[in-house]
Amino acid sequence: MRIKNRGHRGIVEGDLTPMIDMTFQLIAFFMLVINFSDVEQDQRVTLPASELATPPVAPYEHPLTIHLTDSGDFLYAGRDLTSTDSLRAALVLESQIIQRHTTKSLADVTVIIRADEDARTGNVQKIIDTCQDLKFERFALRGKQSEVPTLGKPE
Amino acid sequence: MKIRNTEHREHIVLQMTPMIDIVFQLLVFFVFTFKIVLPEGDFNIRMPASAGSSAQPSETPLLKVKLVAGADRELARIQLGDQPYASFLDLQNAIRGMVDDSGGPGTTDQEVEIDADFDLRYQYAINAMTAITGYQENGVQHKLIERVRFAPLKE
Repeated sequence: MRIKNRGHRGIVEGDLTPMIDMTFQLIAFFMLVINFSDVEQDQRVTLPASELATPPVAPYEHPLTIHLTDSGDFLYAGRDLTSTDSLRAALVLESQIIQRHTTKSLADVTVIIRADEDARTGNVQKIIDTCQDLKFERFALRGKQSEVPTLGKPE
Repeated sequence: MKIRNTEHREHIVLQMTPMIDIVFQLLVFFVFTFKIVLPEGDFNIRMPASAGSSAQPSETPLLKVKLVAGADRELARIQLGDQPYASFLDLQNAIRGMVDDSGGPGTTDQEVEIDADFDLRYQYAINAMTAITGYQENGVQHKLIERVRFAPLKE
C-alpha cells in the first residue's frame, strides 16, 4: 500500500481579495449615501404630489413640524394627538419655551405642515388657525416632489 | 564580509482576520443607518392672525379661488371669482394670462385666497396652490402669484 507523504501538504487558503474588494465597494457606497440630517418624516403620512414642491435651498432657522394623518390625527413631537385642543395645549407649551428660552420671536418660526393627501383640507386650516391664535405667522405646506405634471398635460 | 542566508528568512503572513472583522462592523453599521429620504418641498405662505380680520387695502383686488367638494370628498367645482373652470390647468392658464398682463411673472403683489370646503381632499388644495403659485416649463420653474392664503375656517 502506498502511503502519501503528509508532510508536504500545503496550507489551503481561500483568496480573500475579491470579497474584500466588494466589501470596500459596499462601504464606500453606504458612506456616500448616508444622510445624518434630521428629517422629520412619518410613514403614516403620504404627502400630496406637486411638480413645484422642490426642496428648500436653505434649512429653516426654527422649524416646527406638525403631521396630519388621513384619519384626522395630529402628530406632533412624536405624540399622537386626536383633538385640536390637545394640539393647542402642546403648541402653547412649545411657544412658551420659544419665548422664554430663545431670542427668537414666534413670527420667525416656520410651522411645517405635513398633511396626508387624503386628509380634510379643513383640518389643515384648523392647524393654521390654532397656530395663528398663538402668533405663529410662517407656514410651509409640504408636498412630495413629482417629476410628472400633477395638473395634467397641456394640450 | 558576512552574507546572511536569505533562504531561511521567515515568511511574513498578513493577518487579515481583524481587518475583515472591522470592515464587516462598518458595513453592518452603514446598512442599519441607511434610510431612503424622498425629496420633499414646501409651499411657503405667510398668514399673520390679523390678516383675516383687518386686511390692509391692496392696490389689486383679492382674487378668490373656491374649491367645492362633491360626493366622496372629491372635487366638484373650481371657481376663480365667479368664473367656473373645468380643471386646474384651465385655472393656471387663466392666472398666467392675468399675471403676464400686469407686469410679468413674479413681480405681482396680487394676493389669492383659497376657499376650500372642509371635507375636500387635501391633494386638491395642493393642486390649487400649484396652479396659482407657478408652473414648470422645459424643466424651469416660473413663479406666478406667491401671496396665497386660506380663507378663514367656516364651521
